[in-house]
Amino acid sequence: MKYVEEYRDADLTGKLLSDLRRAVSRPWTLMEVCGGQTHSIIKSGLDEMLPHEITLIHGPGCPVCVTPLELVDKAIALAMRPEVIFTSYGDMLRVPGSERDLFAVRAAGGDVRIVYSPLDALKIAKDNPNKTVVFFAIGFETTAPANAMAVVQAKAQKIQNFAVLVSHVTVPAAIRALMESPDVRVDGFLAAGHVCTVMGYWEYEPLAIQYRIPIVVTGFEPVDLLHGILMCVQELEAGRQEVRNAYARSVTRDGNKPAQSVIQRVFEICDRAWRGIGIIPQSGYRLRPEFAFYDAEQRFPEVRSIETKESPLCISGLVLQGIKKPVECTAFGKECTPERPLGATMVSSEGACAAYYRYGRLAAKGKS
Amino acid sequence: MSSQKLNLLGWTCPVPLQNYPTIVMGHGAGGKMMADLIQHLFAAAFDNDLLAQMGDATALDLPPGQAAFTTDSFVVSPLFFPGGDIGELAVNGTVNDLAMRAARPLVLSAGFILEEGLPMETLGRIAASMAAACKKVGVKIATGDTKVVQKGHGDGVYINTSGIGVIPKGVSVTPDRGRPGDALLVSGSIGDHGIAIMSVREGLTFQTEIQSDTAPLNGLVDAMLDVTKDIHCLRDATRGGLAAVLNELALASKVGIEFDEKKVPIRAEVNAACEMLGLDPFYVANEGKLVAIVPPEHAEAILAAMRAHPQGRDAALIGELVAEHPGLVTSRTSIGGKRVVDLPAGELLPRIC
Repeated sequence: MKYVEEYRDADLTGKLLSDLRRAVSRPWTLMEVCGGQTHSIIKSGLDEMLPHEITLIHGPGCPVCVTPLELVDKAIALAMRPEVIFTSYGDMLRVPGSERDLFAVRAAGGDVRIVYSPLDALKIAKDNPNKTVVFFAIGFETTAPANAMAVVQAKAQKIQNFAVLVSHVTVPAAIRALMESPDVRVDGFLAAGHVCTVMGYWEYEPLAIQYRIPIVVTGFEPVDLLHGILMCVQELEAGRQEVRNAYARSVTRDGNKPAQSVIQRVFEICDRAWRGIGIIPQSGYRLRPEFAFYDAEQRFPEVRSIETKESPLCISGLVLQGIKKPVECTAFGKECTPERPLGATMVSSEGACAAYYRYGRLAAKGKS
Repeated sequence: MSSQKLNLLGWTCPVPLQNYPTIVMGHGAGGKMMADLIQHLFAAAFDNDLLAQMGDATALDLPPGQAAFTTDSFVVSPLFFPGGDIGELAVNGTVNDLAMRAARPLVLSAGFILEEGLPMETLGRIAASMAAACKKVGVKIATGDTKVVQKGHGDGVYINTSGIGVIPKGVSVTPDRGRPGDALLVSGSIGDHGIAIMSVREGLTFQTEIQSDTAPLNGLVDAMLDVTKDIHCLRDATRGGLAAVLNELALASKVGIEFDEKKVPIRAEVNAACEMLGLDPFYVANEGKLVAIVPPEHAEAILAAMRAHPQGRDAALIGELVAEHPGLVTSRTSIGGKRVVDLPAGELLPRIC
């Protein structure tokens, strides 16, 4: 496949790995922020091929994993209402709430549908005027423009039976929270290429200066990831703390201005809880008051009172910050498994705990 | 008034089957309507001496040897998809389950659960498609059943088929016979069926030339057995795709399995669709592809025989069985890394990120 295969090339990977081996002189801990990057690292086996000096920490950038339990419970409560058609990106259906997941709601008769785009959810609303269509608007800055556009279109087309349950989060706020944590062990960040395609990377420049840490905008294919890791190590070895762009075929400093403007038109910054981490100030988007009509929590006020506590056993916040290893958790493999996850890092297959759970089996059987 | 002479011998019911354009509850009520449906639609399509017995059960004369018996239910939506339909799938699926024990398929049963309102023309097309698939394989539908459920209680039509075949003497193909050192073969490109279905599902429509690979595999298995009777394991890689089948074989045989991702045949269109949808082709369903575990000394000859058969033209040697990590499947990735290829968790879900 053109424009993909080239970035999964074994020869190019080998060359970048030998460049990396030459560039690295001492241990460095890097965090890839985005869940898509983690997925690609695990899927390609790249983590096993890196020089031993380099440790990758899988960051809190999987929107599915970090969506707080309370929001999942609210989604489930909405989806169970007979007058609601609940629409969501596919992998959100598997995320367990306190008692069940959205699959279980569907099995119990709830109308839960997978969509690829919030605009598809809007079309379902048009086709079903007697139902209220709720879209689960989750994700980082990458999905925010499309989610915002659905609300703008609903208003423009006077589609009243449409609402969104918003749980948007932003990357720079997460990086700030990590750097403010006293125990954090991250030397450099690989910033998320898709998020930066929308937002640009100017937002990261003050962070790099304030926390004296290099941030390299990085893509998702193995060659892209290695390119980003190499650039980050070069920064660290040279004692520099700049923002650099290793994903220039997609990302510019300013990003996608029309996409940013639709985000700003519809959303405002708010504090947001992250599953397993807690509330990070100024880390999310919510609907602006002028779009409150489309807020599912306003439309169905009874879900607003739903309050859910995260499991006290779960240490996924510490795992996400690289402070603890999954196996250091008392619940690991006992109360918490991929089938019954307690926290973010066990929810997704590429979450650090889920990955340990699976790879632990391989290591335990004597071959890596 | 016509002045034609009355012909009472040629008289038929004034409300013939054709006058009901759709299935109604009466077609499952055990009376004349059901008898008409069976006679005019099913028996007409499946026409054979066994079905003609029309008893509560069909008497069979089986050739000597160990019999194999299997059952499968088919609930695919939509009923017609690029490259096939539920009828063809219902025949090939059960034929393939028999073939994976190296059994020569002989007879099938066909049970239909019809939803009220199903167009008769649709059911006719499905029956015709099943008849054509049976003819291709050389099996007979020897017995059948029809039930009708109320509108909204089914998805048009569900079909269950069971099958009986006979295993040739001296052949023992079971999932637990894999040994370290055995070669791992796949009969052709993977993921075609799952992507063809997804391309026409409501809400996910995208344009593609990909066709379902639904096909009977008994002929291919015969060609492989002509090389040697000592084939260890066969599985058709249906739900859960290649990954699920390899995990099942690794667990049953208590061996590790290692394969090379680059050696697995995958069509460029399937790869592109998987990239777009956020899916892994190793987990996507097939309906006409098998995985074979064979002794290494016969691998090349079996591969050559597969490639000479229409259902195995793109067959490939993709890996081997190892003594390490029993029960676990690993792959060599395109960049030379290594990963665990685990059992799929549940339904295949498009990824957001």
